[in-house]
Amino acid sequence: MVAADLLIAQNIGFYLIAAIMVFGAFRVVTTRNVVHAALWLVVVLAGAAAQYILLAAEFVAVTQVLVYIGAVMVLFLFGTMLTRARIGTDSELNNKNWFMGIPVAVLLLATLIIALNDGFGDEQLPTDAAVVNTQQISDQIFGPYLLPFWALSFVLLAATIGAIVLARRD
Amino acid sequence: MSSALIAADLAYWAQSLLRVLGGLVAVLLPAGTVVYLFLFKMMSFMQSRLGPMEAGPYGSMQLFAEVGKWLQKEDIVPANAQPEARIFKMAPLIVLASTFLLVVVVPFGPDAWFTDFEVGIFYALAVSSVSVLGILIAGWSSANKYSLLGGLRAAGQLIAYELPMVLAVVGVVIQAGTMNLQQIVVAQNAGSMFGWNGVGNPYILTQFVAFIIFMISVQAELTQTPFDMPIAESELVSGYMTEYSGFRFLIFFIGEFATAGVFAMIASVLFLGGWGVPFAWFGWTDMDSIDNWMNVVGPLILFTKMIVLVFFIMWVRFSFPRFREDQLQRFAWKILIPVSLVNIMVTAVLKVAF
Repeated sequence: MVAADLLIAQNIGFYLIAAIMVFGAFRVVTTRNVVHAALWLVVVLAGAAAQYILLAAEFVAVTQVLVYIGAVMVLFLFGTMLTRARIGTDSELNNKNWFMGIPVAVLLLATLIIALNDGFGDEQLPTDAAVVNTQQISDQIFGPYLLPFWALSFVLLAATIGAIVLARRD
Repeated sequence: MSSALIAADLAYWAQSLLRVLGGLVAVLLPAGTVVYLFLFKMMSFMQSRLGPMEAGPYGSMQLFAEVGKWLQKEDIVPANAQPEARIFKMAPLIVLASTFLLVVVVPFGPDAWFTDFEVGIFYALAVSSVSVLGILIAGWSSANKYSLLGGLRAAGQLIAYELPMVLAVVGVVIQAGTMNLQQIVVAQNAGSMFGWNGVGNPYILTQFVAFIIFMISVQAELTQTPFDMPIAESELVSGYMTEYSGFRFLIFFIGEFATAGVFAMIASVLFLGGWGVPFAWFGWTDMDSIDNWMNVVGPLILFTKMIVLVFFIMWVRFSFPRFREDQLQRFAWKILIPVSLVNIMVTAVLKVAF
């Protein structure tokens, strides 16, 4: 396929997946059942993985599936099923302060738009971008970004130790 | 890469159709073989009985009879599960979908692959964890305490054993220097041990610890005995599958044994040289010099290796009693994960040293 054709196909794909993601995100907050909300969240996260594939970022896409769908969502479902997941609709799901979420969401959206616009402006991805291979990613992580990587792993370690301390009874 | 086996230049839709058909064969053929050869016949022989004998010679048509029986049954949704009927019906499909996603990256020959994915093995580990979702919601939407317990047990077990599996694979990836399954095959068959290339360099020799950990984790991921707490029939009736009947039960059943076959294929690609024979036998050096007939022989070689590995999985399944839940978790977190971490460290040090 010619580059221009590919670009059109990519755009159609992007908007299709984006529409599904937006619909899924709405259902997450409007559905009347915790498990349904979690499953709609799976749709949103899988959509994000699909968008990464469209950007030729295979490694990030697969990581998204492994971490978010395979681990985080399973943990979510596990937790809700152990505690309060009922069959059918649940009328107590809505908190009476729900409308406070709207300004927070709008503020977050505005911050993201401003930050992205500021950082990249009308910079465009090269249309002939080759697939970013895993070696380049690891060279970056273990080269210039080694210090942040270490810092992140210490945060995770601290969280793990904290969880163990909280969970232990003796 | 050598020239294509079929010289014809197929249209995109024709290629896609061929791939879908190939995927069906690659999932259903191992599943059928595994069920007939091991579940029907080997288990019977180990228990001093004959197994199915009536349908076809030596009962070889039994499988078709069983599938026919299941397809005729009514598709039942329990009364309490009615509010969640849609999720209840969707769950087995998610489990089977994960199997089909898994087979996509397995290479069957130098040109016989569905997709040549750069991060192949990483992708396989990621999509195999999607089946947990299906199992969890199957257990929950059945509106049944036993099913829910089975689903929760399955989730806890599958998460615990996914880690050692990923860590075991890291050893192979370090040694091969790539995550692409096709290149892992080439690295093993084109390799040599101390200058001798008679059998290539299958990683089962250098990564034996990783191989054992991988196979134990596969056993647990497939919820085969001794790791079958999620469907323990003496405690939980049939765990998350209790309420399923007809073709939805059939889908769970196919999913279980097809995944066994596909995992065995992935294990043989990682540790036994996959579709390849040692390249030195025929004077090949790399992908370009491989003869075309390997596209036909390669799948057969892979299939043979798969049968051997599934034989071991089933042998263990029919021989050992079930673990207790706490023993199972302790085994994963306190033995398998530390051992695989040490394996990664040793592999990395040796990789740099040599």
